[in-house]
Amino acid sequence: MIGRGRARSGAPRTGVDWFLTFMRVAILTLVAVGILAFIWQEIDTDNPFARWANPDATGLTGAQFRGLIISGVAQGCMYGLIALGYSMVYGVLGFINFAHGEVFMVGAMTGMITSNKLADAGLWESNFIGSLIFIVIVSMIVCTLVAVIMERVAYRPLRGSPRLIPLITSIGVSFFIQNASIVLLGPAAKAYPDVPDWVKDKHTFIQIEGSRILVVVVAAVSMGVLWYLVEHTKGGKAMRAVAEDAEIAALMGINVNRTIVKVFAVGGAMAGLAGILWGILFRSVIHTTGFLPGIKAFSAAVVGGIGHLGGAMAGGLSIGVAESVGPLLILEPLGVSGVSQLRDAVAFAVLIGVLLLRPAGIFGERLPAEDRT
Amino acid sequence: MSAANGTPPAPSTGSAANGNGRRPLLETRNLSVDFGGLHALDGLDFEVHEGEIVSVIGPNGAGKTTLFNAITATVEVAAGDIVFEGASLLGLDPNRVTARGIARTFQNVRLFANMTVLENVMVSQHCRTRQHAFGALFYTPSFRREETEIRERAEKVLSFFGSRLVGYRFDQPAFTLSYANRRRLEIARAMATQPKLILLDEPVAGMNPVESAELTGMIGRLRDEWGFAIVVIEHHMDVVREVSDRVVVLDHGTKIAEGDYAEVSTDPRVIEAYLGHGAETS
Amino acid sequence: MTATLPPQTGAAGASAEPPPAASRPALAQDWRRLVRMGAVGAVAQVFIALSNMPVRLDERVIVKPVLSLGYLTLLIVPFAAGHRVGHQVKREGMAVHAAGAHEMAGGAACGAVAGGGLSLLAVLLANFDLREPLVNWSPMLAELLAFGNATWFAVVIWLVIGAAVGALGGALRLLGPRTRRAVVTMALAVGGAAVLEPLVVDLAEGMRLEALTDWLYARRGGINWTSALGLAAASGILAVLGRGRIQQARTHIAALEGAQRTRTNGLLILATAAVLIVLPLFAGKLTNELLANVGLFVLLALGLNVVVGLAGILDLGYVAFFAVGSYSAAVLTAATSPRINPELPWLAALIVVVIITGLVGLFIGAPVIRMRGDYLAIVTLGFGEIIRLLFLSDWLSGWFGGSQGITKIPGAGIFGLTSVAGTDPRRVFYLVLAFCALAIYVSWRLERSRLGRAWMAVREDETVAEAMGINTVNVKLLAFVVGAVLGSFSGAIFSAKVGSVFPNSFLILVSIVILVVVIFGGMGNIVGVIAGSAVLIGVLGGPKQPGLLAEFSEFKLLIYGALLIWMMLARPEGLIPSVRRSRELHQQEMAQDAWLKGQVEDDNHDDGSSGPQAAPAT
Repeated sequence: MIGRGRARSGAPRTGVDWFLTFMRVAILTLVAVGILAFIWQEIDTDNPFARWANPDATGLTGAQFRGLIISGVAQGCMYGLIALGYSMVYGVLGFINFAHGEVFMVGAMTGMITSNKLADAGLWESNFIGSLIFIVIVSMIVCTLVAVIMERVAYRPLRGSPRLIPLITSIGVSFFIQNASIVLLGPAAKAYPDVPDWVKDKHTFIQIEGSRILVVVVAAVSMGVLWYLVEHTKGGKAMRAVAEDAEIAALMGINVNRTIVKVFAVGGAMAGLAGILWGILFRSVIHTTGFLPGIKAFSAAVVGGIGHLGGAMAGGLSIGVAESVGPLLILEPLGVSGVSQLRDAVAFAVLIGVLLLRPAGIFGERLPAEDRT
Repeated sequence: MSAANGTPPAPSTGSAANGNGRRPLLETRNLSVDFGGLHALDGLDFEVHEGEIVSVIGPNGAGKTTLFNAITATVEVAAGDIVFEGASLLGLDPNRVTARGIARTFQNVRLFANMTVLENVMVSQHCRTRQHAFGALFYTPSFRREETEIRERAEKVLSFFGSRLVGYRFDQPAFTLSYANRRRLEIARAMATQPKLILLDEPVAGMNPVESAELTGMIGRLRDEWGFAIVVIEHHMDVVREVSDRVVVLDHGTKIAEGDYAEVSTDPRVIEAYLGHGAETS
Repeated sequence: MTATLPPQTGAAGASAEPPPAASRPALAQDWRRLVRMGAVGAVAQVFIALSNMPVRLDERVIVKPVLSLGYLTLLIVPFAAGHRVGHQVKREGMAVHAAGAHEMAGGAACGAVAGGGLSLLAVLLANFDLREPLVNWSPMLAELLAFGNATWFAVVIWLVIGAAVGALGGALRLLGPRTRRAVVTMALAVGGAAVLEPLVVDLAEGMRLEALTDWLYARRGGINWTSALGLAAASGILAVLGRGRIQQARTHIAALEGAQRTRTNGLLILATAAVLIVLPLFAGKLTNELLANVGLFVLLALGLNVVVGLAGILDLGYVAFFAVGSYSAAVLTAATSPRINPELPWLAALIVVVIITGLVGLFIGAPVIRMRGDYLAIVTLGFGEIIRLLFLSDWLSGWFGGSQGITKIPGAGIFGLTSVAGTDPRRVFYLVLAFCALAIYVSWRLERSRLGRAWMAVREDETVAEAMGINTVNVKLLAFVVGAVLGSFSGAIFSAKVGSVFPNSFLILVSIVILVVVIFGGMGNIVGVIAGSAVLIGVLGGPKQPGLLAEFSEFKLLIYGALLIWMMLARPEGLIPSVRRSRELHQQEMAQDAWLKGQVEDDNHDDGSSGPQAAPAT
């Protein structure tokens, strides 16, 4: 009962509190002014307020804005799929599997290799959907294996050690996988084969690229399947029980180790799927591919409230949209130049901001028993 | 303050506490703590006077430990006020509360297990000492003087428990101590913060009868020799009878009885709280 | 003698472990374990082969003409597997090694399986072309595996080599402890001499001892095999003779009391300092460059040690302070700095740098300090990346030069002791040495003060620390700031040494490398941290700085990652652990030990008046 839930109400008390309050106010003011300036610039780039904020303001056209949101949503879906792995592992074991982003990278790499082989055989062009399903399956299997081996080799022996120990180990795993990719596959970026026109073209009345529609649909379907698995199957119930309290679950006859392996397997499969989606969206992959999306996906898990499946997806969408729209919506109107370089910084800023404003995420956290104290 | 007249204050302090006009050392007014709809404490009025030993008893879940947590600012207070020496404690961080002069022990002993016995007690003087990085870096005379003082005070506090925690034990990590000694070390740690009021959460839990009798005597000496006011949560009724000037009975977060041991132990409401509604009929 | 358990069997809990066969014949092999270990070895072998390590490292000769570093990487796996598998049996539920010929047989079988991985690879190499994804799938590799012969030769030879090396690994278990120590010392002496070759050659030149290096090393690198034998013999004899002495000296020093012990420690420190001051005078550019690099990382590691080791805050964005230190020093001293260029002298700039970094430390620290440990780690990582992105961005390129960075930074000048950018690494080293001394002093004093105790308490149990009157936020923030300032020192020296700063020198991987160094050496222990940096940065090299094994530059990050995992699994307290850290990590075992030795009191005999019956050890 004793814990961090200390009396938080009331006025700031210490210097640090004052500073944090100031930061919160500053962040909110910045966001508000940025958005206001954006709206003003949209109405008319030539009025005094808009000029004051950014003399070179041009505003965005409706199509540009729509494009940003759509690409944000598509990327957000991908982040959401990766975030599921972070969220589930954190929910069950209470540590951040830092290497999960690398599993995603392995997925993208596997997809790259398989699809290029298929393209060499001519199958990629002739039967795109079939090949796509094939590379998804291969990538999911490979990533599941990687995740399970990772658990077995690096994390299982550390069960029950101080909580920062597995985190540090997972940093090592991440570092290892990244560099293993360099030494095995070379340090250069590698391309996916060309996709058919209908994936590249824009469709429907709001002009969305086929690849983005594909990504959103695939993510939604797999999210639904996962939700069914976790909520309505025996294995899913076991996962939830272990997340609630591993010791009690073990006493109730649940094989905790096997359940944890399943959690890693499911997380890995989702990361593998996300890797393929990355390949379809960006058609290029390199060893560092996993790092930033990994961190962003973790941010997504935190933003959505770690331990929630729906929260992970919602968090992914918010991070995706924020990093895609945020720089142009808030920073550009304030006269910051070259904002697209800052999109990664914006993603991190969202994480920091959320932890400052609402430490338990949008939906609140679900944590293992010992962390809840 | 440490005089305490050599003898315990008149046993009448208990029932006459409100009447003697002294301002209480610690006072809670209408204190409420909620845990998501459950009223752990519900409008509790409670006070402790200087040099007094108050026992808080009650069945499990009555809100005894929550009272301690509320006083030491580790849980959020929903309503009411906590006043210590005339000033409210609300809104203070736990470390500020300790600095004001309230120290506590924990029900499930929580020592710094990997620090040595002496370090455990030395680190607890943090809020009473001032030397900062500067003094440490330049090894100033005042730094050295204060280090010596900290050490001497720690040794003095530990010697309160006779030979149990002194000598070679100074440099043993706390986790090698026996259970009873861990409890004693926790009390020593609380004493080292130089409080005016010590909150002891089940100090004799897990001790054998000999040890518990010994500790009971020590609680009295804490007041007599060191001048602390003490609040004890305890389940062992012989300990309660032995040490208390006054007994407060909690149930469901409210005070159901107050008075000296004899009064309280015969109070029908107390019996009912402990034995349940069926007690009288069966 | 309890054997080291493989992680598989070491996993505790209600796992699906195969039930121990109680009725197994006493001398039969545990084939399942053996094959499993062999298979892991085989995978490792194939991985190493495909990572191009053998081909790339073939040029570096260890013992002329027998062994190159490339082949060594392939031999080490079967050896380790053979040693590890040995002949393990379960006795009374505990896994123990039964010494005997079966150890060797088991090792040989396991090694053969591991070597079989390479045999299989040789066959695959000959028949398939997987060059497309696997860049190192090359004829060169095939040739190396077959020693220039046909494929069948490779298949056979690697089975044989695997078995032989595995048997050797198993045989190591058969030796008595003294012999084993001598053998290990011999191997270390030869390996060390080979690894340190550039350093030794460089030093010997400075000291006019070319005769020694001519005898020891072959003309084009590597130890002569005759000299290797000589060296091995000498070190073996020394190991046998000297072991008792070292132990004696150690116990002697440990037994010293108070003032005497302080004096001994002081003498040791003085001696080390004297060596470090005199050594560069005899060393050439290469050694000094190496020493300067190691020193920079020692400085960084000492700073991170305050944060991670003392206060227990896992800061993954430590590179941010290094970056801020470098950039602010560059802006303050360089004439070419885009916006502001006051061209301060270095020492004056350093004061400003310290203030700026301290403020940045506060700014980053304040929002994160109340977060849970693991969130804090990720958020600091985010801050580290944000800082780099800001330096890189066009937005601030008017101040910091964007991706062009800031160049032509003048060297650091302290009262006439100038070290112009990189041209004189000796002076850079002395500068680094001075700041390392400062950092050591600071961490040593702080650890033994009121503040150090508060850090300890916060690390142990934050809630209780706060209840005991410690302002945890301030105390942790102070650790953050002290770490930041120490990091800024090395940043300022770095920019003066290299003469230019670019955003890409401050990647997150720098943070991770520093973390590996700290953990490898031993968190919370100054000596350990220094040793860790010396070994890792000295031998493998820093993120961009070459080490003694310059050939490893492609692989060093891979090795850092593997090392981090292995350290966490096998020895989380590090090479030279701090007493307290190992207590934290092994509390249960230590409590058990203490109980077995009778140091833990028994409640029932605790009569209060008398101490324990046994003499109070330690």
